[in-house]
Amino acid sequence: MPDPRISLEQVRHVAKLARLELTDDQIRKFTPQLESILQYVAKIAEVDVTGVEPMAHALPIHNVFREDIPGPSLPLDEVLKNAPETDGPFFKVPKVIGADEDSAR
Amino acid sequence: MLAFDTIADAIQAIRSKTISSTQLVRYALAQIDKLDPAIKAFNSVYPDQSLARAKEVDAGRITGPLAGVPIALKDNICTTFGTTTCSSKILANFRSPYAATVAKKLEAAGAIILGKTNLDEFARGSSTENSAFGPTRNPWDTARVPGGSSGGSAAALAAGMCCASIGSDTGGSIRQPASLCGLVGLKPTYGRVSRYGLVAYASSLDQIGPLAWTVADAATLLNVIAGHDPNDSTSVPHPRPDYLAHLHQPIKGLRLGIAKEYQLASGIDPQVKTAVAAAIKTYQALGAQLVDVSLPHTEYGIAAYYIIAPCEASSNLARYDGVHFGHRTKEPVRDIIELFSKSRAEGFGEEVQRRIMIGTYALSSGYYDAYYLRALKVRTLIRRDFDNAFTHCHAILCPTSPVPAFAVGEKSADPLQMYLVDVFTVTANIAAIPGISLPCGFTAAPKPLPIGLQLLGPAFTEQKLLRIAQMYESATPWHNHRPPLA
Repeated sequence: MPDPRISLEQVRHVAKLARLELTDDQIRKFTPQLESILQYVAKIAEVDVTGVEPMAHALPIHNVFREDIPGPSLPLDEVLKNAPETDGPFFKVPKVIGADEDSAR
Repeated sequence: MLAFDTIADAIQAIRSKTISSTQLVRYALAQIDKLDPAIKAFNSVYPDQSLARAKEVDAGRITGPLAGVPIALKDNICTTFGTTTCSSKILANFRSPYAATVAKKLEAAGAIILGKTNLDEFARGSSTENSAFGPTRNPWDTARVPGGSSGGSAAALAAGMCCASIGSDTGGSIRQPASLCGLVGLKPTYGRVSRYGLVAYASSLDQIGPLAWTVADAATLLNVIAGHDPNDSTSVPHPRPDYLAHLHQPIKGLRLGIAKEYQLASGIDPQVKTAVAAAIKTYQALGAQLVDVSLPHTEYGIAAYYIIAPCEASSNLARYDGVHFGHRTKEPVRDIIELFSKSRAEGFGEEVQRRIMIGTYALSSGYYDAYYLRALKVRTLIRRDFDNAFTHCHAILCPTSPVPAFAVGEKSADPLQMYLVDVFTVTANIAAIPGISLPCGFTAAPKPLPIGLQLLGPAFTEQKLLRIAQMYESATPWHNHRPPLA
């Protein structure tokens, strides 16, 4: 189990990965809270899981296939009606490429 | 209070023309007008549409097993009318382009969906305090929480604003509010009810289910909502039994498991202990035999849950990007990454952000095996514990919540304390088995608060579980109690 202690720097990094722009105050508030939660959940390290398969369903269902038959899709105006900004049949976003080198993160 | 406040009574009254659906819906809407400013169970109410549908029922143009019955739907279940907000700022104006399978089935059965109920934002929480639209209050004592995350659905029903309601349960979110509000709440087996159109929180744990005053009403709702759905590949193709058939037939030779790990759990309120002990005596008087069982991995249940749920949630919530739907920042941004990060920081509430952070951390490079994968293996062990226990008994009996309704604000300062309220409920989601909460008594005066009893059964045995629950309900008066407010 990884060390459940966590630094402000790590929390800042996780916020970046999670695409959450947190303030320094929020980072300071979250750090001890995350640490106490991680310390609590770290107890699963005590369990011997040798040879145990992971589980995600009541039944051992893994892949469910169906015939690939085209059906009607949602109308475009319905799909776009909740978008904050659109341009014709497109979602509109700020410039992605070449804005600055940071965009490639 | 509604003159006919259960599904069974409402159906009977409408069919015998004692009351019209229009009158019943008017009563419910009047109750909402009168009480909801204080209770805040509903995020949105649709009076015109509800009355129009009631008229159709009265004219015989809408029929079905729920024809004319006013119900409420948790606001994380998509409808093509109104909004589906998940009690989040990020979805405050979201109008779903499609309806959840459960919503469609309820309407096809003739139910009248009065409105959408409040929840902890994105169904993360156990008190309905973490809503962007403010907390819901418990109708038994408005200084207290109704439980959560389906607190709005529970409070709406307990306050007599509808005849039944629908919630979703990821770690106890139907059963715990049912317990805190004196109701029956059922979490079906994972895969029994379609999740199509349920806004995803933790996809391998989420399940939709009913809240009702009686076991029979819960069975009626399950009959309507259960079944395979080609739009949800995790819903199972098993035929749906009739949950009302044989409901009143007691289980002969009933064996109830008492788990020693649950008895050792700390922090159980003494009044909860007393009420559950009395419920056990009631079952014994009905001929049930008690069996000692062991669920050795119980203490790892909450830990596994608070890894699995945030991991899946952080992944599910990645879709809220300020581009396709939902809130977008009005601040100037340099690039699209900043657009994502600002929109998400503004749109998500604090508890949601905290869980996204835990999930992102646990799934980040180098930690996946130690947290998420290991937690899924612990799941297998917890499920095996139950499988072993169920070779000795039909169901396991325990409290639903270790405590009755707590005061608004009491646990919101310490997230971990709030998480520990889920100790008896999360394992059913972890093991993907069904669980039902039933009212089993009240705390002492001055303001009596409901106490809930939980029965857990093997996967896909809802029929038997409901019969076991019915045995208790038929022998006790608790389901007839209503809060003084309503």
